[in-house]
Amino acid sequence: MHVVVIGAGEVGTSIAASLASDHEVVVVDVDPDRAEQLKYELDVLTIAGDGTSSEIQSAAEVDRADMVIACTDDDQTNLVACGTAKTLGDGFTIARVKSTDFLRTWQGNEGAFGVDFMVCTDLLTAENIVRVIGLPAAVDVDPFAGGLVQMAEFEIAEGSPVAGQTVSEADRFESLTFVGLFRDGEMTIPRGDTDIAVGDRAVVIGSPESVQSFATDVAPETTPDRADEIVVVGGSEIGYQTARLLEERDFKPRLIERDADRARWLAENLPNTVVMEHDATDTEFLSREHVDEADIVVTALRSDEKNLLISVLAKRLGVDRVIAVVDSPDYVTVFEEIGIDIAINPRTVTAEEITRFTYESVAENIAVLENDQAEVLELELTEGCGLVGRPISEVVAESEARFVIGAITRDHRLVTPRGDTVLQAGDHVILLVESESVGEIASMA
Amino acid sequence: MNTKIRVGWRASVGLTGDVLAALSVPLSFPLLIALYYGESPLPFVAAIAVSLALGAAFRSVQDPSVNLGPREAFLAVALIWFLVAAVGAIPFVVAGVGTVAHPVNAMFEAMSGLTTTGATVLRDFSLHAKSVMMWRQVIQWLGGLGILILATAVLSEIGVGGAQLMESESQTQDVNKLTPKISQTAQLIWGIYFGLTGLAIAVYFLLGLAVDPQMDLYNAVAHAFTSVATAGFSPEPLSVGAFHPLIQWAVVPFMVIGSTSFVLIYFAINGEPMRLLRNEEFHFYLGAMGTLASVVALGLFLDPSTTFGAEGTVRHAVFNVASIVTTTGYASTDYVQWAPAAKHMLFMGMFVGGMVGSTTCSIKSLRWLVALKSFRRNLYTAIHPESVRPVRISGKPIDEGAIRDIYAYLLLSIVIFFLLAIVIVVDAERGNATVTEFEALGAAATTFLNIGPAFGDAGPYGTFATFPLSTRAVMVVLMWIGRIEIIPVLVLFTKAFWTS
Repeated sequence: MHVVVIGAGEVGTSIAASLASDHEVVVVDVDPDRAEQLKYELDVLTIAGDGTSSEIQSAAEVDRADMVIACTDDDQTNLVACGTAKTLGDGFTIARVKSTDFLRTWQGNEGAFGVDFMVCTDLLTAENIVRVIGLPAAVDVDPFAGGLVQMAEFEIAEGSPVAGQTVSEADRFESLTFVGLFRDGEMTIPRGDTDIAVGDRAVVIGSPESVQSFATDVAPETTPDRADEIVVVGGSEIGYQTARLLEERDFKPRLIERDADRARWLAENLPNTVVMEHDATDTEFLSREHVDEADIVVTALRSDEKNLLISVLAKRLGVDRVIAVVDSPDYVTVFEEIGIDIAINPRTVTAEEITRFTYESVAENIAVLENDQAEVLELELTEGCGLVGRPISEVVAESEARFVIGAITRDHRLVTPRGDTVLQAGDHVILLVESESVGEIASMA
Repeated sequence: MNTKIRVGWRASVGLTGDVLAALSVPLSFPLLIALYYGESPLPFVAAIAVSLALGAAFRSVQDPSVNLGPREAFLAVALIWFLVAAVGAIPFVVAGVGTVAHPVNAMFEAMSGLTTTGATVLRDFSLHAKSVMMWRQVIQWLGGLGILILATAVLSEIGVGGAQLMESESQTQDVNKLTPKISQTAQLIWGIYFGLTGLAIAVYFLLGLAVDPQMDLYNAVAHAFTSVATAGFSPEPLSVGAFHPLIQWAVVPFMVIGSTSFVLIYFAINGEPMRLLRNEEFHFYLGAMGTLASVVALGLFLDPSTTFGAEGTVRHAVFNVASIVTTTGYASTDYVQWAPAAKHMLFMGMFVGGMVGSTTCSIKSLRWLVALKSFRRNLYTAIHPESVRPVRISGKPIDEGAIRDIYAYLLLSIVIFFLLAIVIVVDAERGNATVTEFEALGAAATTFLNIGPAFGDAGPYGTFATFPLSTRAVMVVLMWIGRIEIIPVLVLFTKAFWTS
């Protein structure tokens, strides 16, 4: 594959590094020194210049690129770079943005700005934080369909209320589908009367809310419930998105923000969050508001130093779990060494998401389960493909492939698949398929 | 003194002239009635002549180069409401029959009509011509129409009173979304108003055919005019109590709809009923009405002196509470005779009011709801001083400035109400009339908040003619101030309004 990466910051470098061994990578950066330096660090071609200009893009041979990844620190630059790339060639364009506004515009009309896939750093980071908070019991969690759908794998521990139940007893949530069960390393496709035993690994696909509810059933001890106190420190975009996603999962977080106008804005936009306007480094305030008794503290201030300070403070006050947003990747290990439970770096998260997307596959998005025994795929159905226009039960009966459809999204809304659901062109289908059958499924889509 | 006047008064006066000239159209309706019943057409001919003459005179000072800004709108609103009432009083004076022949009484009757109050100074209803009695109904219907235009189109532009609330509740944004032009929006709202009036005429008339010959076409039209306008005049001395119980029940929904936001009614008609049904102000308004009606019904049931029977007890409680809370002012029975507990409940109901953006008067449910929620927020922030909690209505945050305005409006309303009550008591003593404190409070609330009948001699089957003439003159002014939400009148008395 010929890949052009625009922007050689931390995200771009990290993506280039993971692609360099298998692909032909060209990195464009506006800073000549940075371009020069990267040439020796990685086995890539570097070009110094403005990534939005068609002259520079032509030099990077964007016209024959299979993929163009715009991941500078500036939203507009990335969007323009993708737009320019579309005028030169037909490569798949990926843009990194911070603004959720751009993401919403793009979701309303995929392909807007000449962008084929958009990664919103702040939202992605918030989704990561919420996953870490909400599903500590999950072995593996992956988002699909832009976060509308989640796949989660749980190990059924000793004493879990689900152990001993049948699948139909355990799967009591409307928008959740029980797609796979691994026992002693062997995958079975579960039926309603399949028993769930201790040590099994269960794979479910559904809305994030239903996955959260299922986690509470599987591991009531470790999964936080609605009564758990979650405090988000810092009303940055990441802090806001984290609180918003927590609200969606029925939590009632508290958010501390120092700036009065921002606090007011947050309070207006987060109806189920208690917003407090104060400096979070004031220990007297923290103890007065009983932040020490919180179960989880997330620090999402704009400065690493402040996040470190608050995290250490929270740990000393006796908070159970502290999750810190760390802007500089170098500090991640430092944070975790001091005793902060989880440090999340938005750039790493973004780079991982984009890299995951560059795997060559028929699917838009994949997750590999249990030593490649099965894969969860997200397929976008096109007009005239083998899956469109027929009820699911008919498709399953005819096909020799072993697969289970876990969720469907239609016009950015979740549709829970049932036997009589008829698939339509444009639907995104998230399904679990045995590895041997991936090819067959791919040929149908 | 050579301070320059900075209000484009010519524009305001010109607009007032347009409205006065247009008044000749509704004045011709009672004129036709007079001709039909063979009564003297003179009262209306005179009024039409004056309206056309004044209209022409006012329009002659019109200066097309002056734009109608907020200040000019304040002045125009105040002038229009006062002068339309003044012209509306002419037929009573010219007819020269009964108490309303006196200019102050005529002005009281016309202002009570135009402000959709419904307090009357008539003593003997049988003295008056059918056409004159119909004019009382027509002027109330006009008053309802006027306030709808004011609430949905004009006030939102100058940011006053209830309309500003609608703005903070982002309802007027929706109004503006209905159509891009104010005049078109106003037409939509009128359409609903006309439609509801037509429906009320049909329902009343058909019920009259079925159960009560007294509800003829004349009465059906007369009552339809004043129920959707939540106004309350009736050509019958016994008000709606003169009709069959079934008709009394039929009047209730029209009063309630008249007090419901017309913007939300528009959405409900256009397939979005949830916007109305999920509206918190609507819940509060219906809840307040329901609670008061239940308490009054219980009070009547336990009171051995009232013997209405089960259906009658519920009907009288529901009807009269709805009449007071919607600020209509009809009565199904003389509630002056009720026990004090039930009467005080009705008194309390006078302060509630219907929804913003309707024909209702009084303080209005939205203001109470915002004030209560804001107060509850204050209790919370007393414990958590750092917390930031917007006050939300139907999930939407309310602007802090609007909340301060609401507190100020509530305080201002209550202060004016108390001052008026004191004026009534003092003036009655001076004029050797007997008015108890409760009657004075009731009369103050009912006129300033534009409800209608009060208690004592001024009860639903009584008359305000028993108050001294000077008291009635003060009431005329306060009905005027109260109807147009206080501010447009009070700003006229500030120096800054005229000069800076």
